[in-house]
Amino acid sequence: MRGMWIKLAAAAALALGVSACGADVQKSDTTGGGAAETTAAAPDAGTARGGQLVISNWDQYMPRNLIPDFEKQTGIKVKLAKHSTNEDVMGKLEAANGGGYDLVFVSGPFAQSLARRGWAAEIDQAKIPNLRNLYPEARELAYDPGNTHSVPYTWGTTGLCYRSDKVSGTPDSWEDLLRPSEELKGRVTMLGTDRWLLLPALKTLGFSANTTDEDELKQARDLLLETKKDLLAYDDTTFYSKLVSGEASLVEAWDGWCNYGIAEDPKIRFVVPREGSDLWVDTMVVLESSENKDAAMQFIDFVLSPESGRGVVDLLSYKVPNEAAMSGLDPRLVRQFPNLGMTPQELLRGENLQDLGEGQPAWSRTVSEITS
Amino acid sequence: MAVSTPERSRAEGRARRAPGLGARRLALLGPALTWWALLLVAPVLLILAYSIFRRGIYGGVVYEATLDNFDRLLDPLYLRVVWFSVRVALETTVLALLIGFPVAWFIATRPRRWRTALLVVIVLPFWTSMLIRTYAWMALLNDEGLVNNGLESIGLIDRPLKLLYNEFPVVLGLLYTYLPLMVLPLYAAIERLPRELREASHDLGANSLRSFLTVVLPLTRTGVAAGCLFVFVPALGNFIVPELLGGGRRQMVGNLIQVQFLEARDWPFGATLALAVMALMGLFLLVQAKLAGRDRLEAA
Repeated sequence: MRGMWIKLAAAAALALGVSACGADVQKSDTTGGGAAETTAAAPDAGTARGGQLVISNWDQYMPRNLIPDFEKQTGIKVKLAKHSTNEDVMGKLEAANGGGYDLVFVSGPFAQSLARRGWAAEIDQAKIPNLRNLYPEARELAYDPGNTHSVPYTWGTTGLCYRSDKVSGTPDSWEDLLRPSEELKGRVTMLGTDRWLLLPALKTLGFSANTTDEDELKQARDLLLETKKDLLAYDDTTFYSKLVSGEASLVEAWDGWCNYGIAEDPKIRFVVPREGSDLWVDTMVVLESSENKDAAMQFIDFVLSPESGRGVVDLLSYKVPNEAAMSGLDPRLVRQFPNLGMTPQELLRGENLQDLGEGQPAWSRTVSEITS
Repeated sequence: MAVSTPERSRAEGRARRAPGLGARRLALLGPALTWWALLLVAPVLLILAYSIFRRGIYGGVVYEATLDNFDRLLDPLYLRVVWFSVRVALETTVLALLIGFPVAWFIATRPRRWRTALLVVIVLPFWTSMLIRTYAWMALLNDEGLVNNGLESIGLIDRPLKLLYNEFPVVLGLLYTYLPLMVLPLYAAIERLPRELREASHDLGANSLRSFLTVVLPLTRTGVAAGCLFVFVPALGNFIVPELLGGGRRQMVGNLIQVQFLEARDWPFGATLALAVMALMGLFLLVQAKLAGRDRLEAA
């Protein structure tokens, strides 16, 4: 018996420790992380064979009836896997050397990376007549001009989300966030993921959101270190609830997520700062390894129908690059969430985020410098 | 683990007496060894392998051996992050010990039928997702939260205390999360401490403090060391608490590793960082094993 308790305790402790570490922060490394809740454990895709279409998307990032409707209309069976982040699905593709799925939903820079590595199949435009529903602007996005290897699913931008009853005047500049006024000190939050952590500073300084110039990154870092003193927190997941609870008055936010705040408190507003912002796009990519490419193209075509597009907007309050869907939106929805009414021209003033390539390590170092 | 050393030497002793048992031993150990090789040794080797390669331009791994990652590790920037993590984990461990010891003592000295119930209460929080419990702390501690509103309503403070997004809630959150891991081994150590020893020390004229320092503490040292290890190790690697309760203002080494894997797509450097943390923890394990070993010698 001696020592048994200690061993029991040790076993329990290790088991508990492991389960605690296993909990995954639901960090949306993407704008697309989507509808607030995402599950950590994604069912594994297995192999993408046997005539059934294997798709991976963020959890809750697609209307519930979309897949059943597609199956009914085409007779093609779909198996849906879920990922919690871009990197999650990229990691699985990495492990399977670009295989395992027929179609994945990833953000623009990741679609670009898939294409450059030769893992993305060429989009067979003839098989997707509904491509004509896309805004012309959505056909020429910088990360994939001409939609050769990806098709946009949702898009939007990043801006300031604020409580109009707690902020005097209308904030219209990133400086309102980076150099907060006395009333806002300690009541602002910023996004913590690299691309959006640096975006406000880069835009304020007049640099590109895709810069990899070390000196420009340094200047952005210095500005952000100043801001940190007046910052409540870096927050990628609960910033809109902080606005609702009154903890924060002004936060850096993705347009779609600000809408979640607006849904709870109509005094919350969204504005794109005048220095400009980004244009993020979540896309659909067909894998080169897929043996069901035609079925995958059919699926994309189905998603691009006006009805599917409207379903996406209804579910997520995100914008879709689908003109046919957007023009038929319920005007009440646009009145409630004004940023749904942004035109493609307005969105395109934002800079399209692209893969940082060799510049990525310099970016993550800069992030560490800011948060260490 | 060090606590099983006496067991192992006993097993070896038996094996020496009965050399023909090799095949059966292997058959019995087989499942455990396979498990261990597949889920512990192989992943560690993978991490080791990744650490000597470099990141591809678009993420992924380029299989070209290099020691660059270890060079980067020595960057003062990352050493600062590691040092901050060690400090926070140490603060958590010391507080957990100060709180955990009396709690374990209390439980171990209750009538037997109460002990199990009390231990279940200690472990109960683990039945809820850690993420949810962490968000619950945010709801309690924020400017408009229960704690601040409560203190304001009874007039103790007139403006909210800054209870979130600094080092305090990080230590608090880690302490809350890992305290049970301190209490359980301490309980185990205290429970098997014969009551007569303390009574004897009192009979010999020692006051409570003296009796605690010269009798109780040395005899529960293994439990103390195990508890400290169980708290320190996961606290050092946690990345949820610093991100949520700390407001992401200061990275701990867990965040740093997470960012390498999830944002920077720099698996090789992430692997190198993970390796460094493992080495650090190995060091602590060694110290603990030494302590436990000395214990055994003294007992002999």
